[in-house]
Amino acid sequence: MSLIKETDYGTPAATSENQVTLTIDGFEVSVPEGTSVMRAAMETGIKIPKLCATDMVDAFGSCRLCLVEIEGRRGTPSSCTTPVEDGMVVQTQTGRLKDIRRGVMELYISDHPLDCLTCAANGDCELQDMAGAVGLRDVRYGYDGDNHVKQRDGGGEVNARFMAKDESNPYFTYDPSKCIVCSRCVRACEEVQGTFALTIEGRGFGSRVSPGMHESFLESECVSCGACVQACPTATLQEKSVIEIGQPEHSLVTTCAYCGVGCSFKAEMRGQELVRMVPYKDGKANHGHSCVKGRFAYGYATHQDRILNPMIREKISDPWREVSWEEALGFAASKLRAIQYEHGKESIGVITSSRCTNEETYLVQKLARAVFLNNNTDTCARVCHSPTGYGLGQTFGTSAGTQDFDSVEQADVVLVIGANPTDGHPVFGSRLKKRLREGAKLIVIDPRRIDLVRTPHVSAAHHLALRPGTNVAMVTALAHVIVTEGLFDEEFIRTRCDWDEFQDYAEFVADPANSPESVETLTGVPAEEVRAAARLYARGGNAAIYYGLGVTEHSQGSTAVIGIANLAMLTGNIGRPGVGVNPLRGQNNVQGSCDMGSFPHELPGYRHVNNADVRDIFEQAWGVSISDEPGLRITNMLDAAVDGTFRGLYCQGEDILQSDPDTKHVSAGLAAMDCVIVHDLFLNETSHYAHVFLPGSTFLEKDGTFTNAERRINRVRKVMAPKNGYADWEVTQLLANAMGAGWTYTHPSQIMDEIAATTPSFANVSYALLEEKGSVQWPCNDSTPEGSPIMHVDGFVRGKGRFIRTDYIATDEKTGPRFPLLLTTGRILSQYNVGAQTRRTENVVWHDEDVLEIHPHDAENRGIKDGDWIKLASRSGETALRARITDRVSPGVVYTTFHHPATQANVITTDYSDWATNCPEYKVTAVQVSPSNGPTEWQEHYEQFAARARRIEAAE
Amino acid sequence: MALQMPVQDVAERTAAIADENLQLEGPLLPILHDVQTEFGCVPEAALRVIADKLNLGRAEVHGVMSFYHDFRQAPAGRHVLKICRAEACQSLGGEDLADGMRKALGIDWHETTADGRVTLEPVYCLGLCSCAPAAMLDDEIHGRLDASALEAIVEGAER
Repeated sequence: MSLIKETDYGTPAATSENQVTLTIDGFEVSVPEGTSVMRAAMETGIKIPKLCATDMVDAFGSCRLCLVEIEGRRGTPSSCTTPVEDGMVVQTQTGRLKDIRRGVMELYISDHPLDCLTCAANGDCELQDMAGAVGLRDVRYGYDGDNHVKQRDGGGEVNARFMAKDESNPYFTYDPSKCIVCSRCVRACEEVQGTFALTIEGRGFGSRVSPGMHESFLESECVSCGACVQACPTATLQEKSVIEIGQPEHSLVTTCAYCGVGCSFKAEMRGQELVRMVPYKDGKANHGHSCVKGRFAYGYATHQDRILNPMIREKISDPWREVSWEEALGFAASKLRAIQYEHGKESIGVITSSRCTNEETYLVQKLARAVFLNNNTDTCARVCHSPTGYGLGQTFGTSAGTQDFDSVEQADVVLVIGANPTDGHPVFGSRLKKRLREGAKLIVIDPRRIDLVRTPHVSAAHHLALRPGTNVAMVTALAHVIVTEGLFDEEFIRTRCDWDEFQDYAEFVADPANSPESVETLTGVPAEEVRAAARLYARGGNAAIYYGLGVTEHSQGSTAVIGIANLAMLTGNIGRPGVGVNPLRGQNNVQGSCDMGSFPHELPGYRHVNNADVRDIFEQAWGVSISDEPGLRITNMLDAAVDGTFRGLYCQGEDILQSDPDTKHVSAGLAAMDCVIVHDLFLNETSHYAHVFLPGSTFLEKDGTFTNAERRINRVRKVMAPKNGYADWEVTQLLANAMGAGWTYTHPSQIMDEIAATTPSFANVSYALLEEKGSVQWPCNDSTPEGSPIMHVDGFVRGKGRFIRTDYIATDEKTGPRFPLLLTTGRILSQYNVGAQTRRTENVVWHDEDVLEIHPHDAENRGIKDGDWIKLASRSGETALRARITDRVSPGVVYTTFHHPATQANVITTDYSDWATNCPEYKVTAVQVSPSNGPTEWQEHYEQFAARARRIEAAE
Repeated sequence: MALQMPVQDVAERTAAIADENLQLEGPLLPILHDVQTEFGCVPEAALRVIADKLNLGRAEVHGVMSFYHDFRQAPAGRHVLKICRAEACQSLGGEDLADGMRKALGIDWHETTADGRVTLEPVYCLGLCSCAPAAMLDDEIHGRLDASALEAIVEGAER
């Protein structure tokens, strides 16, 4: 292991297919047309000195260090801004160039502190490197003149040019005295992140980097993505962790454990201490970009709240007792076996985690199927993207997004439905914004005005701010316009889809009841706007749909997914780059946990348990007989628990009490069980009802793979030993073996080999292949040995694409006089899901409590002012939180996040769910909002209960 | 006396000015000019409104505004005197001329006299090198100056 150093080519790669040949320092080199001379030189291994150029942003030509001489041209052009030409003869090092470069460096250094030995960037400073490269030996100007370096001049007078260090951001510092004003940070913020939070203020010698309007980083629009820190060639923008620890000495490439984008990072280490996470340029999902969570919010891994020893208790009213692994596993195994003996083998089950690796998930469902001998396995994907699995499976034949993320670079029209990429999937959000700045058109369908609707240099062509719960009506209305105005792609439909089914579908959508004019009363969106959006989607060129939980978490979630698939098939937007249907997955391994057979009716690879051939494969491999009856879903497990027939649960890495809807129902189910095993990093909310707590390991402490939203299988690499003693896959194996399974895995690669041997879409996947390719997108088998960036290229997986009618049926959750407002929920950039991780990092400076967004009109009616405590009540329950008055939400709609357990927004949500998959209807709840003077009785009661449940007996 | 402008008025007036210029190609500079004409400066509250109207980051608007010295953060005095400090004027006594004026007015560069009558600004070349040393009072340029000529010009300006 050593520190991975990535080559900086200075300017971005050119994409032209034409090759141009030139000579640099006597070496002939061929590069794509449009490549800069600097990049061409670097590709032959010649490093031209540079400061303002880096390959994450476009060439700028301001530092005057990268000058070259070109035969037949006058002067000394900058190599970063000069494109290559055929036959060009370039010299990168001549007497004249040497003199100029030394002169330039002298000027830089004359306004830069000479504290290299005590500087945090020592060893990782491009200015230092360049001083060495150009042979700087002397600075003739001295350091007494005008400067930005010294706080006071020689006479003790205050230096008006000096600016103090800005330490407002929790993760990095801005030290203006070290800044060389190369503007790499400004350009990274604009070009890569697309936030435009930085600028160069003033001019000439007075030029300075300014966040916002001469504000601190924290007050500015900065979203702390870290792109500027990465771009900075000096210690001006520096991670606080590097300042504190020092430079890293080795690194490993791994995959972020937050959202479904699945960014690749270099975990840069010093011994077993993580110094920093740096986005990896070769990562095919993120191409060297990151967000505040993946880049900085890893502090939870070493947080004091982490539980490192197994614990057990007889009753949930007892305090926890720390015990050995052996005792905890023996206790759990005998309890589970006893329950099965007494109540039958169907009386226990598992919940797999979308946060854990594929290998771990595979083992947990294998535990249910091969050791418990039932199919009682479900996963948190149930509550987010199960309708995606159903809808895309029915229409296209496979449960996955159709594109890779790179595809967005070729989209002309992007339709975002019920997703908020700049908050939920920030790195994809940045890539999308980049494409929109290049001219692609945007349609947003969302009840709330998400940032993408209007953010610097990006604005949506159409924002259809529909009433929550009317997605299906809206999507069908779009199809109505496409069909009745003849905007569909007949050739595509005839060759790729079932024509009869299309005709049936066309007849259905053409019904005037489905016209934008008719559904206007349901959706609240003007018909003309819907028609314009439909025309743009159908005729705007390559059109791509990106959708999120705002589509799936409804009583008609599966219908909406089918409607979306219909739109793509109608317009022929499937099977090539730039188009497609893309579910934005909430968690790092939602895709993987579904692929691995976590659902009660499906074995790995989405194959139904009643399929004898498939059962046969696993029966052979595992040496057991597998039940052909689908098992229980999470909600059914809880119902059965209340009825007394389901009594034991192994829940890995999921906090169902906080994340699942209708908290009171969940707690009643958990309380009724005899043995709840929680396997997690922290004593989460679910653990209050647990009898066994098995400490989990973080993504930094284990090997494995995550599969992201584009079906990309990325490696997770162990960079430190598990603080709790075992990686999660080892814990599951120990539990299985305590129940007599006799598993003998010694490395996750063996588990992947078993997956590949039993699951056709993973047939060619192995750790060796991942090592070689970096990552692959499934299906990866003999017909697509290198994986499949884009699916359904020559035909749908299921054969012919299938159109299905999408009747709109209003949810049973209706507003009325008692509950006149509609509550919808979402997430925010700095926090993640139930917040178990991000709440335990400095990210709380951006969001330390959940707030309720309410329209000024609704607030005024109720006498509510910004920041007031309000009571939020639904038919299920009530909670209290503070109000934020904003016109981001429409009148009649309120919005909140569910990151903080103190709020427990899911006390409010109901147990209505998707008709096909039971995915809960988080996105629509009828509520009432009224002034309040603090937390509700329930919240206070719960807080006391949680404190009691978390007690750990003092060690003897 | 410079009166404080209520933030609300600045926002409303700036929004109106921005709307008038939105159809222009590159409307930012014309808007900044009109805002300065309106308020005698470009108040911070105006920058936020301009950023919003043009869908730019507020940092970008601040970057442009701060690049040009003539866009002011606070209103100037009733007259603005700019004295050239570039090479040609320096070679013909420009520095002395400037020092004399600073003493006469009792203020330094970028400052305004206590009565709010004159603001003194340096300028680097008025394009009048053949008539150095040169200065500009409000919109009028004056060449071949000496201390008494410049004083007379400033004295002659409206009170």
